[in-house]
Order: sequence, then C-alpha cells, then structure tokens
Amino acid sequence: MLLDNIILFTLASLVGFEVISKVPQTLHTPLMSGSNAISGITIVGALIVAGQVHGAWATWLGVAALVFATINVVGGFMVTDRMLQMFKKKD
Amino acid sequence: MLQDLIKIAYLVSAILFIFGMKRLQSPATARKGNQIAAYGMLVAIVATLVAKPIVTPVEMILGLLIGTAIGWIWSKKVEMTGMPELVAAFNGFGGIASAVVAFGEIAKLIQNTGTDDGEAFVMSTAVTIALSILIGGVTFTGSFVAYGKLSEKISGNPMSFPGMRLLTLVLAIVSIGATVWMVMGAGAFPDDFMTTAVSVEFTEPMIYGAIIVATAAFLLGILLVIPIGGADMPVVVSLLNSYSGMAAGATGFVLNNTALIVSGALVGASGLILTKIMCDAMNRSLLNVLIGGFGGDGQTAAAGSKSMEGKNITEVSSEDAAILLAYAEKVIFVPGYGMAVAQAQHAVRELGDELQKRGVTVKYAVHPVAGRMPGHMNVLLAEANVPYDQLYEMDDINGEFDTCDVAVVIGANDVVNPAARHDTASPIYGMPILNVDHARTTIVLKRSMRPGYAGIENELFFNSNNRMLFGDAKASISKVVSEVKGLD
Repeated sequence: MLLDNIILFTLASLVGFEVISKVPQTLHTPLMSGSNAISGITIVGALIVAGQVHGAWATWLGVAALVFATINVVGGFMVTDRMLQMFKKKD
Repeated sequence: MLQDLIKIAYLVSAILFIFGMKRLQSPATARKGNQIAAYGMLVAIVATLVAKPIVTPVEMILGLLIGTAIGWIWSKKVEMTGMPELVAAFNGFGGIASAVVAFGEIAKLIQNTGTDDGEAFVMSTAVTIALSILIGGVTFTGSFVAYGKLSEKISGNPMSFPGMRLLTLVLAIVSIGATVWMVMGAGAFPDDFMTTAVSVEFTEPMIYGAIIVATAAFLLGILLVIPIGGADMPVVVSLLNSYSGMAAGATGFVLNNTALIVSGALVGASGLILTKIMCDAMNRSLLNVLIGGFGGDGQTAAAGSKSMEGKNITEVSSEDAAILLAYAEKVIFVPGYGMAVAQAQHAVRELGDELQKRGVTVKYAVHPVAGRMPGHMNVLLAEANVPYDQLYEMDDINGEFDTCDVAVVIGANDVVNPAARHDTASPIYGMPILNVDHARTTIVLKRSMRPGYAGIENELFFNSNNRMLFGDAKASISKVVSEVKGLD
C-alpha cells in the first residue's frame, strides 16, 4: 500500500510539474490561490474523521479540521473565481 | 462494489483537478479551469459522504457550515490589495487542517480499540501521521507569520536572534526523535486490539509523540518565516503553498486516499515551480532566501557599493510629465510594490486610457517578483480593467524599451536598477532586470529618495534622461491624468 501511494505521488508530481510550468506569469496569483483551494482536499479526511468514526475525541478533532479545510476550499475557489473574472481581453 | 465506485470517484476528482489546472495556462480558459477544479472537489466530497455510514451528522454539518460561512464572507470582502495575506491565511488553514486530521486519526485508532471498529496501528501509519503533523504545523505557523508580515500586523523587516539556527536544528532533531518514538510505539501495539482496549502504556507514544512533533513544527514554521524580509515574501508564500500541498499529500498517505495524494502532489509541484521562478528572478538560491536577513524596508540593509554622492537627480513637474507622455509614441508602465501600497492601479489605468485615446501605444512590463506574491501586479492591474494582453512578462518586453519613448516606473526599484547588469559589487548583481534605462526618457514615481528593499541606491535615478516625480503615486498619476486631459 505504502509503495503504491509513493508511485502515485511521484507520477502526480510529474504531471503537476508538466502542467503548471506552462502557466503564464499573469496567472501566478490565481494559480496560487486555486491550487491552495485544491490543497483543501484535506476536507475529505476531515469529513471522515468528523462524521464517520466513533469516539468523541476523533469527532471533535475532525470538526475542527473540517472548519479549517472548508474555509480553505470555499474561500479559495471563490476568491480565485473573483480574480479570474477580472482578467479580460481588450475589447 | 461501492468501495470500488468510491475509488473511481476519487480518481475522477483527481482528473478534474489536473484538467482544471491545465486550463490555467491561458487567461481565456482560466476561470472555467477553476470551476472544473471546484467540481472535482465536489465529487470528492460526495464520494466521501456516501462511502461510509455517517454516525455524527450534526457535528459534520456544523463544521461544514462554519467553514463555508467564514470562507465565503472572507473571499467576498477582501480587497485585491489584500490578496497576498489572504492567500497566506488560506494556506495556513489548509496546513492546520491536515495536521488536525492526523491527530483525529490517532484518536480514532486509539479510541476504537476493543471494538469491532478497531484497526491495527502500523509503523508506516505512524510515519505518515508524524509527517502530516510536521508539514501541516510548519505550514500553519509559517503562513500566519507571513500573513502578519504581509498585512503589516508585524514588522516586515527580517528578524533573527542569536542561536536561531541552532534552535532550528534542535527542533528538527526533536521532531525526528518523537517520530521514531511514535513508530516504535506503533510497532509495540498489541495484537488483541479488537478484543481489549489498549492500555495507556501503548497509547502514550502516539499521543505525546504527536504533541511533541506538533509543537516542534509550530516553532519551526515561525523560525522559517521571521528571518525573511518583506520583499522576499513571494518566495516564502510560494514555498508555503507547496508545503500545504505536501501536507495534504501526507494526509493522503495516512488515509490511503487517491484524491488527497494526487492533489497534494499537484499543489506541491505547483508551489515548488513558483518558488523556483521567484528565486531565479532574483538570481538567488532558495537557501540564500531562507537564511534570510535580506530585504527589510531598506533602513537596516547595507549601503550600496557605489556612492551616488555628487550626482544629481532631475525632478519633473506633473505638467512636464504629461507633455512627455502625451506626445510619445510608445509608453511602457513598470509597476512595483509601491503601486500596490498607494492603490494607484486605477489611476494608472486611467492614464493609460487617456494616452491611448491620443494614439500612444501603451504597454505594461511586469517583473516576476514585483510585489509581495507571484503575479501580484497582474491581479491589481486586472482589477483596474487593464486588458491582460497589454501586460508583458520581462523577457517579452525587454527588447522593446529600446524603441520606447517614455518608461514610467511606479513604485518599483531594484527590479529596474541597471547596476544589476554591470556592477559586480552590487548585492543585486546578476538579477534579471527590466531594461527601462534603454528608453529615451524614464519617469520614476517615488515618495522620497529612500533606497529600495536591497538598501542600495538606484543608478537609474541619476541618469541624465531620468526624471523623478516625487509624491504619493496615486495623487501624482491623477494629477498627470488631468494635465493630459487639459492638453489639445
């Protein structure tokens, strides 16, 4: 399992390098805030711990993580959208 | 069967993330790309919700609602000039979420012993939990120190104290030691964890080990960012961006979750690329930036190698500046952090519009490290409705300064200092710069003659074809706009 995960991580990193090195400088800030929102994928882990396991400690730690991750996800995607909306071509 | 479908759903969400990020390669498709990535997140969330029965729905919904409300309001209210600190703060939330999930995983493993839900605590899980806490913790405090510096709640000057590096080393060793303790604890975990609750002696290494790692990580995050000056923030913000991805990836290893591992790797790679671009644009190594001490507000740094004493600067009035600009054929604006501070982007765009009405070709040249985060200037100019096809990257515009009548430097300093090209003794020697000195005339807008972040005098200001326009950038530009409007 661990080895499979390492293989997956390595391949995904290579894809990441390939895709992102072509992002133009103009979009570097939206790239950061957008990828930031994607790193909020921890929300998945937070949901599991907050809602799907037994034990009060786990649940409340999960809720705390869920709040943080949700801020990251919702705020991140929304603010990126707000920024990208502003990038316009000459009319 | 359901579990296979869930795995496929996570794969779909990872694919959507990749396609979404690919669309960020052009401003025309970028917004769609961000939406595709958001759908990817939705797929992952739904898959998680249906994967296993929900035992504590109220708590879960509560967490989602609070987080959504805070994220929503914050992202709606933030000013574009406040974007660097917002990105830093969101980064920090992502980091702490990863660390707390890892703690939750420990709680789950320990509390469910003696029940049917009990799971083995294996050594590799202990390593990944420790990693997740470590990276998440560093990301959290590091991002919030960066937040403080960017929002000027704490000083942007580099800070350090005697023994700082030694302390960093000690903390690194402590966190490795605590990780080893956790791994050994996991190895000693009793085999009958499903029939009897595990006794304290077996759970202690997990709980206390994790707390020690977290404490060390929090301190390391602070130590990572305090020695770094305001102008080096683009590097740190990019690096922390990468860390937040790696923290999510590490959590993916803890939970054996494809979506987390793939997206963590993507974000980790993205942050690293930005970090490298920022370092290259300053001609410095990452290590050199991280050691810090460079780039405060200019008051503490060393003086330049070459004294500018005895040389004169030429001031220009807004009337004369207006005439220079209005009768030019080509004008290039060079924005820097000063434009953001003065919130002058709208005034700049207005000036650009007025000049274009008069038939002047107007372009904008943006240095990769202008501002406090990658792409900072581009966002501000986009906010002011400057079309993105007028914004040029350094390599694409540098040849054009030779045919440019007036280059207008607004609050940029070191990125236009010609000393970087020829003065081997200068601290910024070798840094790629915008060749504004090749323009027929340069106009530099500045508050005063205070040097830039590197603390060095700028040769450009003393060139015979340079004109200084002193004052607040926004007020100065607005004055020039009305002068241009007054001309026929």
